[in-house]
This record gives sequence, C-alpha cells and structure tokens, in this order.
Amino acid sequence: MEFLSYLISGISLGSVYAIIALGYTMVYGIAKMLNFAHGDVIMVGGYISFCVVAYLKLPGWLSVLAAVIICTVLGILIEGFAYKPLRKATSLAVLITAIGVSYLLQNAALLIWGAAPKVYTPIIEGTLKLAGGKLSVSYISILTVIVCVVIMIGLTIFTSRSKTGKAMRACSEDKDAAQLMGINVNRTISVTFAIGSALAAIAGVLLCSSYPTLVPTTGSMPGIKAFTAAVFGGIGSIPGAFLGGILLGVIESFAKAYISTQLSNSIVFAVLIIVLLVRPAGLLGKYVPEKV
Amino acid sequence: MEESKKTRMVPVPSNSIIPERDLGKTPVIECSHLGIDFGGLRAVDDFNFTVGATEIAGLIGPNGAGKTTIFNLLTKVYTPTRGTFLLNGLDTSGKNTVQINKMGVARTFQNIRLFSDLSVEDNVKIGLHNTCKYSALTSILRLPGYWKKEKEAHDRAMELLSIFDMEKTAGWKAGSLPYGAQRRLEIVRALATQPKILLLDEPAAGMNPSETAELMDNIRYIRDEFKIAIMLIEHDMNLVMNVCEGIAVLNFGKIIAKGTPEEIKNNEAVIEAYIGRKKEKRDDS
Amino acid sequence: MSRKFKNYNKSSKFDFITYGVVIAAFIAVSLMSSQGILGRSHQGLLVPACCYIVMAISLNLTVGVLGELSLGHAGFMSVGAFTGIVVSMSLQSAVPFVPLRLGIAMLAAAVMAGIAGIIIGIPVLRLRGDYLAIVTLAFGEIIKDLINSLIVGVDSRGLHIIFNFRGNKSTADLHLLDGGTEIIKGAQGATGTEKIATFTAGFVLIMVSLIIVLNLVRSRTGRAVLAIRENRIAAEACGINLMKYKMTAFAISAAIAGAAGALYGLNYSNLVATKFDFNTSILILVFVVLGGLGNMLGSIIAAAVLYILPEALRGFADYRMLIYAIVLILVMLATNNAKLRGIFEKIIPRRKKGDA
Repeated sequence: MEFLSYLISGISLGSVYAIIALGYTMVYGIAKMLNFAHGDVIMVGGYISFCVVAYLKLPGWLSVLAAVIICTVLGILIEGFAYKPLRKATSLAVLITAIGVSYLLQNAALLIWGAAPKVYTPIIEGTLKLAGGKLSVSYISILTVIVCVVIMIGLTIFTSRSKTGKAMRACSEDKDAAQLMGINVNRTISVTFAIGSALAAIAGVLLCSSYPTLVPTTGSMPGIKAFTAAVFGGIGSIPGAFLGGILLGVIESFAKAYISTQLSNSIVFAVLIIVLLVRPAGLLGKYVPEKV
Repeated sequence: MEESKKTRMVPVPSNSIIPERDLGKTPVIECSHLGIDFGGLRAVDDFNFTVGATEIAGLIGPNGAGKTTIFNLLTKVYTPTRGTFLLNGLDTSGKNTVQINKMGVARTFQNIRLFSDLSVEDNVKIGLHNTCKYSALTSILRLPGYWKKEKEAHDRAMELLSIFDMEKTAGWKAGSLPYGAQRRLEIVRALATQPKILLLDEPAAGMNPSETAELMDNIRYIRDEFKIAIMLIEHDMNLVMNVCEGIAVLNFGKIIAKGTPEEIKNNEAVIEAYIGRKKEKRDDS
Repeated sequence: MSRKFKNYNKSSKFDFITYGVVIAAFIAVSLMSSQGILGRSHQGLLVPACCYIVMAISLNLTVGVLGELSLGHAGFMSVGAFTGIVVSMSLQSAVPFVPLRLGIAMLAAAVMAGIAGIIIGIPVLRLRGDYLAIVTLAFGEIIKDLINSLIVGVDSRGLHIIFNFRGNKSTADLHLLDGGTEIIKGAQGATGTEKIATFTAGFVLIMVSLIIVLNLVRSRTGRAVLAIRENRIAAEACGINLMKYKMTAFAISAAIAGAAGALYGLNYSNLVATKFDFNTSILILVFVVLGGLGNMLGSIIAAAVLYILPEALRGFADYRMLIYAIVLILVMLATNNAKLRGIFEKIIPRRKKGDA
C-alpha cells in the first residue's frame, strides 16, 4: 500500500514535469534553444493564479484562465523582444539571453511579490479514500494526471492534424525550406512559445496546488527537472516528454521514499546520465548520425 | 607526364589492373568483397578493387552510386558489413578512422570540411599532428622542444602549401579562401598526414576549366613527388580520363566496369549507366 | 623575423597584451588598496573576483576552445574548494608557513578536481551538443548533493570521512579524539576554516592559469582541440584521437577550476556546498560568453566587471539584480543582432575567433 501511494504521488509529480516538459520540448524542437526562462513562466503562472484568488476573490478555475492568458501573452512578448532578434545568432548567445530573461522574471517577481513565501490555496481540495481508507489520493493528483494526459493527446493531434501544427513540424525540420513553402516561420515560432507558456501556466497552477509554497524561485528546479525529463524522453518528441516526465516523477518519488531524501535529485540525474549513455538521444528520440 | 600515360596496365589476381611499375610492390589498397548495408539497402556490394603503390585510380559513377560510401568504408567512417580490405598488405578489420589515417590513408571531403575559423597554416599544421609530435607539457612549459618542433611544423606547412602556391595565404582564415583554394587546402592538409594513399572526393567540383587543368598537373606532381597512390572520385570526365590509370565504374553500389580510360570510354554498360539506352533516351525526349 | 611568422607573432602579441593587462590591473589595485582608496567591503571582493576570473578562464577552455557547453562547472570549483579546505586544515600544524600551505592546498585541489574531470569526462564527452550540456548540469548537481552530505574531521590518527546520505549522521559519528577538528559538517558545510587566501595568491593563480591555457592553445595539443571544435570528422581524418584531446582539455579545465575553488574556499570561514549550484555555473558561463568565446582577455574583463557590477549597483538596492538582468539581455542583443553588430564593428574592429 505504501508502495502504491509513492507510485501515485510519483505519477502526479511526473505529470507536472510532463506538462512543463511538453512546453520545453516544443520550443526546443522549433527554436532549437534551451529556454531557461520556461521555469520562471511557471512561477509567474502560479503568482497570477494566487493573486486572482487571494486579492480578487474570484474562483479557482477563473484564476487558471487568467494565468493561462497572462502567461501566453508573456511568452509571446519574451519571444518577440528577446529571442526573435537573435534568430541568426549562435545557440549559446540565445541561451545566455534566456538566462537573462530568467533573472529578469525572478527579480521582477521579487520586487512585485517580495521574498516572503505566499501560501497558495489549491484549486481543488480534498482526498479520495481508497481500499478502505488505507490509500488516500488527493483530488489534485487525479486532476493533474488527467490534465496531463489530455494535453499530451491534444498536442499530438494538434501537431499531426492542424495546419499550424504541421507548420510547426515543418519549421522544426528545416526553417529555410519551410519559409520557401510559404510558411510564416516567425508566426509559427510565436505560436509555439504561446502554447509552451500556456502549458507552463497550467503546470504552475497544478504545481502550486500540490506544493503550496510560492516564492520567486519556485519555477527554477521544476524547470530544470522538466528539461531533464524532456531530454530523458528524447528532446523534440511529444510522447518522449510525456514518458520522460512521468518516469522522472516516479523515480524521484521512490528515491525519496526508499533511498535518500537528500540525494533524490542526484538519483534522478544519475538515471538520466545512464539513459543517455545507453541511448544518446533519449528514450524515444531519434539518433541522427552526421552525414559525411 | 607523358611517361605516366604510357604506363602499361597489367592484371592482378583480384580481377583488377595496376600499373606495370607497381608490380613488385605491395598494392596500397586491396579490397575484397567489401560491402555495407544501411538497413535493408545494399549501399555497396561486392567491391573488389586493387590500387597499385603509385597508381592514380578513378572511381566514377552516377550520383548515388555509392562512391563516397566507398571512401567512408576505406577510412572506417563506416564499418563494412561484409568483406575486408588490406592497406599495404595489412589487415584493417577492427581499426578506426584515426588508426587508418596513421596506417596511411588521408582524404578530402565532397562537402569541404576545413577548420574554417582557423588559419590556413594551422589547418596544415593540424594535418601534421602525428608527424610532428611533442607533449602537452612541453607546450605549457615552452620547453626547447616546443620551439624546435613548431619551427619544423611551420617550415613543413609552408613547403606543402607551396605545391599550390598558397604560402601567401598562410595567415588567412581558411573559411575566407575562395572555393577552389579551399579544395586545394584540403588536399594539402591531407598530404601533411604523410599518407600512402590520398583519397580525393570530387577535387575539381566548383573549379573552372583552367583551375581543373592546373589540378590535373598537381595531382600528377603529388604522385611523382611523394611517391604515393591517389584514388579520386570525380564527375569531370576530362580530368578522370586524363589523369587516371585504372578506373572502376560504380552503379547502384556495384562495380559495372573496370579498366583503363580507353576501355571505360568504349564500355557499353558504362554508357548505359550514364545516359541510359539510346532508344529509351530518344523516347523520353 | 621573416614575414612567414607574421601570423604567429600577431597571436603572441595578443597574449602579451593579456598578461600585461592582468599585471597592470594587479599593480593598480594593490596601490589603491595600500593607499586606502579601496574600502574594506571592496577589498573583500578582490579574492572572489580573482576566483571568478580564473573560473572564467577555465570554462573558456571547455566552452570556447573545445566548443562543448558545460553547465556544471561550479561542481569542479566545489570539489576544489572542499579539498582545499580539508588539506589546509589538516596541514595547519604540519605546514605553519601559510603561503606554502595555500599553494599545497590549491595544488591538491587542482589534482582532485582534475581527477573528477576525468571521471566525469569519460561519460560526458561521448555525448554531443545539448545532451552533453544537460549531463554536465546533472553532474554539477550530483557533486553538490554528495558534498552536501559529506562529514569530514581530522585528529591525530588522520582524516575521517563519512557520508550522511539518510540525514541521520552528525559530526559525533566521526569519533574524533580530543584535539581533533571538525572540518566539514554535512549540510552546514565547512565552518571555522582558517582564512588564508590572499589577493596576491589570486593574482598568481590568474597568471598561472593564463600561461597554461594560452600556451596550450598555441601548440599541437591546442590545435588538435580546436580542430575537434571546428570539424569533428575532419579532425578524425587527420589522425586526431577525439577522446584523448577532449579529455585533455576538459581535465585541465576542471583542474584549474579546482584551484580557483580552493582559493575561494579558503577566503571564507564558512562555506556550504549549495553555494556551488547551477546558478554559479551559469554565472561563470555568462562571463565566458560575454567576454567572447576563446578570448581569454575578454573572459577576464567580463568576469571582473560583472562580478563588481552588482556591488556597484548596491545603491539601487532591490533593483540591482533587475538592472543586471536587463543589462545582460541588452548586451546579448546588441552583440549578436546582425544590424546592431554592424554598427559596433565599425567602431571596434572585432578579432577573429580563430586567434583565440
């Protein structure tokens, strides 16, 4: 029973990672950049939702909507101002800019909301008792998993069926060729950032509902871990990000329970290293050897 | 030059021909039944070919015939699925690219692979990596060996660059050279590794007729001066027919003809591979 | 000398400019501090500034020269810092002469970090691009966690080391004899360290790192490393053993970072392992990228300026990190956007990347 409850909390945590990782992986796939600011968009989403509930006294679901809208706009703005001018620059230059954006968001949050932690009210409270009360699962965990699965399926259908989704895949294969085929590359990249940021907002709400302390650096570690999850599953692959996220959450949960709380992050990272050594492009990633 | 044209080609056991002057020496490359599959595709199959110690050999064929793949097999960029090849009589199975280079194979690339941000001189010096050696510690401490070896490397690099009259560009960034000069620099860099055979992948691509004519002289000069073999892939038939002594024609990964330039020119199968059957061709157009 | 050596001389000249700038800066700062122009709080920044400069030089070898993105460089600094502290504290009575003890500590730290570099390099350097980057990040975090659970003490019987993985051990489990010293106390880090780092030692370390890196780059080994950065396949075709040279560069880079870590660690009486987290690695990476890949003088200037900048912005209090972030973004945009860069290049002619 103990095992089962660790497994469930792992899957729930993993679902949050997976939602973040999906955003990461889409942005990476198309812009080929490590968007280190992605984690901080999560934090912004959390704060927005917090403010809507705490100060405007509006219901939780409305706060999610507000977080999604504001983060989407934020994502488009970040892309337009900081990343778009660097389209032709080296990936390292874009990386450093992303780090700059990350610092900017964190410090702006620090100025606006202060360093003292805010206590977030979960959007859904209560737990579900199973097996005669021996196993309790919080509703938020269930919601998280459902949301994650829905998003994963939605994104898969979106990228394979819709016109914009196909444009995204075309851009991630070859931007120049896509442009020659009449695809508006800049617009497609903006849309990708918008989707990624909207996902980050949802992840922020779910994350804060499970772990209710909100500080300006809340998003950093989940951001890094979600990125790890994306690499783990094979960066650029949507099912890969999902699988990577869930596995990462489960490994972390078990590591905390059975091995060492202190070393749980290390164990997650060690597993990542081992996976990459066996499969250099992640679990579901395609390894493309350089053509000579 | 005239002399090399007159060289008689003689048959050797592997159903190949090599120049008569190389008969007493170990052939530099002897491929037997070499082949590689990519997934289900037989990219190269049953490749049997011998290159004499000082031969200029040609490898021709339509696009996608597997010519570059053969170079990749000979440099162990790919490991052969079947068959093997000997380098100067030595077995090459289990060797990697670096070891193959040390055994005497140097190459150029179809899509030029220079160290574009480094100077022309440094590009050649990198080619001298295994011939002009000293340790990392020597360089950090700037021991006398460092100065001696660096001088040696510099002199040797200049000497090699002078083959193509490129000494003046030694300080230039390799990437800023004109296209033709980049191809020549790749040849110089390959020569710097002191090879026994030089593999040239489309050396004349992107060169104008006068540059190509000069390249032909250079290729013969390199062979005569360094006493090495050269194997080249080229689409410029004028160059191939003029400088090559033995030619193999490849189509769909298989050799369809081997012989001297004269024999290849008149080979029915080769003409068919290149321009299709005469009748069909007329129907198409 | 003949025209043939022109190119060589040009890069050599730039090396001498680099050395010259460092020496001049050292003299200037020493004079300022002896004249009392520098306040106490500014003097306290000198040693860490030196450490970050050395870190930037070291990381530039990996990122700029070898061309592999490392996001866990602070890990090597951490290994060096705690090795340096342990060595220095253990030798307190054996080597009373402080500069010698500091030298030994830094050397031992370099060796340990170099070994860590080799151990980590074996798996890491087989990967490429962003995969390599994420694995260095992972190793950085693992090192942080491991050192965070380390408990070390010394007594007359020698060194005692235990790992506190489950959070149930303390310094009492070292069972030190009377007169023994607790050096590292798990998550509390190293406390009560004797502060022996000096600005002069920092200067010497910068010079030594510069000599190692610059001399290495302009040699057969350095060219092999640059060749790998420029074109892996062509480098192999030239008979260059990729793993050997990647490893050489990576291990030397790690060793230098270790020495810098030792100096850093011995500058504070209290030090925790979480100081050397992902953010520190990123901070150093920012120095390297802003200073220019492969450009050591650039790294030095960027590290010095960016380390001092937040301090100089103290007057802005809460806004200083916000300003820092905005400056960082604007500088990246200004230096990497083709239009803006064109304007800059007219004013300041940029050096070729190949000249390193």
